[in-house]
Amino acid sequence: MDSSNRPAGGAGVPRSAATGERSEVILRVNGTTYTLAVDHRATLLDVLRERLDLTGAKKGCDHGQCGACTVLVDGRRANSCLLLAVAQDGRRLTTVEGLADGLRLHPLQEAFLARDALQCGYCTPGQICSALGAIREAADGFPSYVTPDDARSGAPVELTDDEIRERMSGNLCRCGAYPRIVEAVGDVRGAAATGDAADTGSRGAGEAS
Amino acid sequence: MAAAPSPLGEPLVRREGREKVTGAARYAAEHTPPGCAYAWPVPATIARGRITALDTTAALALPGVHAVLTHLDAPRLAAPGDRTLAVLQDDRVPHRGWYVALVVADGLETARAAAEEVHVSYEPEPHDVRLTPDHPGLYEAELANGLYPGTRERGDFEAAFAAAPATVDATYTMPPLHNHPMEPHASTARWTHGHLTVHDSSQGATKVRDDLAALFGLGPDDVTVISEHVGGGFGSKGTPRPQVVLAAMAAQVTGRPVKLALPRRQLPAVVGHRAPTLQRVRLGASREGDLTVLAQEVTTYTCTVRGFVEGAAVPARVMYASPHSRTLHRVAALDVPSPSWMRAPGEAPGMYALECAVDELAVHLDIDPVELRIRNEPDAEPDSGRPFSSRHLVECLRQGADRFGWLPRDRRPALRREGDLLVGTGVAAATYPYVLVGGSAAEARAHPDGTYRIRVNATDIGTGARTVLAQIAAAALGAPEDHIRIEIGSSDLPPGVLAGGSGGTASWGWAVHKAATALVARLREEPGPLPPNGLAATADTYQEAAATSPYARHSFGAHFAEVQVDTVTGEVRVRRLLGMFAAGRILNPRTARSQLIGGMTMGLGMALTEDCELDPVHGDFTACDLASYHVPVCADIHGIEVHWIDEDDPHLNPMGSKGIGEIGIVGTAAALANAFWHATGIRLRDLPLTPDKVLERLSG
Repeated sequence: MDSSNRPAGGAGVPRSAATGERSEVILRVNGTTYTLAVDHRATLLDVLRERLDLTGAKKGCDHGQCGACTVLVDGRRANSCLLLAVAQDGRRLTTVEGLADGLRLHPLQEAFLARDALQCGYCTPGQICSALGAIREAADGFPSYVTPDDARSGAPVELTDDEIRERMSGNLCRCGAYPRIVEAVGDVRGAAATGDAADTGSRGAGEAS
Repeated sequence: MAAAPSPLGEPLVRREGREKVTGAARYAAEHTPPGCAYAWPVPATIARGRITALDTTAALALPGVHAVLTHLDAPRLAAPGDRTLAVLQDDRVPHRGWYVALVVADGLETARAAAEEVHVSYEPEPHDVRLTPDHPGLYEAELANGLYPGTRERGDFEAAFAAAPATVDATYTMPPLHNHPMEPHASTARWTHGHLTVHDSSQGATKVRDDLAALFGLGPDDVTVISEHVGGGFGSKGTPRPQVVLAAMAAQVTGRPVKLALPRRQLPAVVGHRAPTLQRVRLGASREGDLTVLAQEVTTYTCTVRGFVEGAAVPARVMYASPHSRTLHRVAALDVPSPSWMRAPGEAPGMYALECAVDELAVHLDIDPVELRIRNEPDAEPDSGRPFSSRHLVECLRQGADRFGWLPRDRRPALRREGDLLVGTGVAAATYPYVLVGGSAAEARAHPDGTYRIRVNATDIGTGARTVLAQIAAAALGAPEDHIRIEIGSSDLPPGVLAGGSGGTASWGWAVHKAATALVARLREEPGPLPPNGLAATADTYQEAAATSPYARHSFGAHFAEVQVDTVTGEVRVRRLLGMFAAGRILNPRTARSQLIGGMTMGLGMALTEDCELDPVHGDFTACDLASYHVPVCADIHGIEVHWIDEDDPHLNPMGSKGIGEIGIVGTAAALANAFWHATGIRLRDLPLTPDKVLERLSG
């Protein structure tokens, strides 16, 4: 496998029973609970795409280099190609499919459309999930490389265009939609203050943790 | 029919955008038919030689493995026109990374593990992957990509160059570059009662269908290729690639649907790349800056599997008036992965070298580089003597300069210091040909409910093809754009050309325009209520595509850049990049702007970050993945601006469009390299301008 990275805040010993090289896990994705036996080698990305038919998260590199597979794990963005599915037991997972509220698009999805912040669309779900994570990280006071040195520790970071560029640089876009992506995320950052944009969608957020 | 306002030129939102932002758009590997198996390829680990033995026992013994295909037992294919598709047909290894086996298993994890258990023995032969200016295998290419003549001579180059009062003689080099679309090449294939259906990540499903039919000995009606959503291609999906043949073979052998998505690290070796170039440019001019002589001599490589010559000297035949000219391509067939199309093949590397040389001449003569270019504007295409159908390079240079704030400008280099930073500006021109890469066919149908359906096998690789075709149809039908349904992306539709050569919209759009116009005529001739199935008209543009034009038809552009160079770290960063284009009529400014920005972004990568080499010992690319091969990221892009001139050219097609997929990349690298010189006073003639090279020169 490419990586045996364990996600931060490990869940300890899985509740599920190991059966040979597969174990049963409970995956909570976009508010729906799935119980399934997964190959120990399977990444979260492959399980989402090949087992659950949630193909919104994309496989661009399978090595954590491109960000196309970005999903939210307990509200934080992560490269799902670097997570073993078997280690996600009980975690709250949100993919791009979980962002819209029925027919009502998430504000970030609206902004990406309105700004034409996409071309081929392959990186787009990862960009949108990553933007959601970035907005929340900034609101939670996580600094980035471009955050001023004298910023108050732990205070919400204002999402300037430079902050957006920096925080979105883990998501590659070969079509070159970057300026539009910065605009789209910028359109939504105002809403972040009210909590709308950081909402991971009604289905994901509505689920009890 | 009530006239609706023409939607041509309107900034409509791309039609499939909603599917893309919600994750509902499905790409080639996102179809999982019941019983679908997964394939994983095994690449050769030598750079040249033959396979002497294959041990698949351990792989086949793994639970869940269905088959291991090798050249010993894979289905025999008819000889392909493109020999990169002759996979698993013999024991030859023409380059490292060539596929030597394919594992098919129940799941991805098993397929991948089993691929590690396929043991291949080789008889290696000495290989040569090193391109040098005096390589003994170099020969003058008869043809360059696009069927352009390899060599063109005009006047007497040697004498004119010797006599020129002012000369530049410089050599520019570029490494191999990789397309790396975000969606790796992928295919999902299945056979149903002798019919092959493939979801393929391709820029043109009609060509994939035709090639598969030929390879497997089928009629075209026995094959369906679907390329509904394609995650970028930039040339690397322009024709079928090995994955589609492998997936079809694996599905045939196992009797199951088979999905094959190529691993990212394997792409550089099997999907094509931009060949490296060494380009010597010699310019001669009067003291006043009138070019009298121009030579661009390109040295590059091809592979041993098929021929491909990066036509980097071709754009020099279009650009500047000069009575004496020599443009040629020398090529050597090396044991390298097959080079192929990458965005603006020929123009992107060729204009990098030519436009840097023009800048060097401007510096030598102490003439403003914008003015030097304008001074050498030709009356007709220099190489052919044909008049231009439209050429607004001067307007691009002038208006671009105004918008950028080019003047006032102190032409002296290395004067603008801000702390550790040196700042400078640069300019370059761009050109890309208008080529109708082939004819397309389309069907237009009027339905009783007032809607229309347009069918054409166009491919949307991110351009917004659906949207612009709907605009073209609506304009021709005089109908509201939202009454038009567009069906594209399947070889079962009327055949269309590939999305490539910046020619997709011209070819598909013309066919759509023609079919829609024919439908309007038919509706006039047959008034009254429509039958339940509606009325349809079909049209194609094969005749139009085959016709030659008395005009030289090209897009033009001018790029302006401001860069800062960190004298401590050697890092070059782009502060501003402005593109001004003349590319015919812009049919959808929203999606057009995105494409042009995208081209410029890729050009920025070519200039500053994208770097790869062939390791002479192992014959492998040194930067195969996205951690080592640095495509631009969000933080690299500041202040990109795109503008265009409303160009009215009646000699193109009914839409008046020239195509915009490639012109954006063409002048970018030269503008940045010229700005780098202005910032530092250093001519660094070897792309990319990475900190290691910059620091070495700054300290030297």
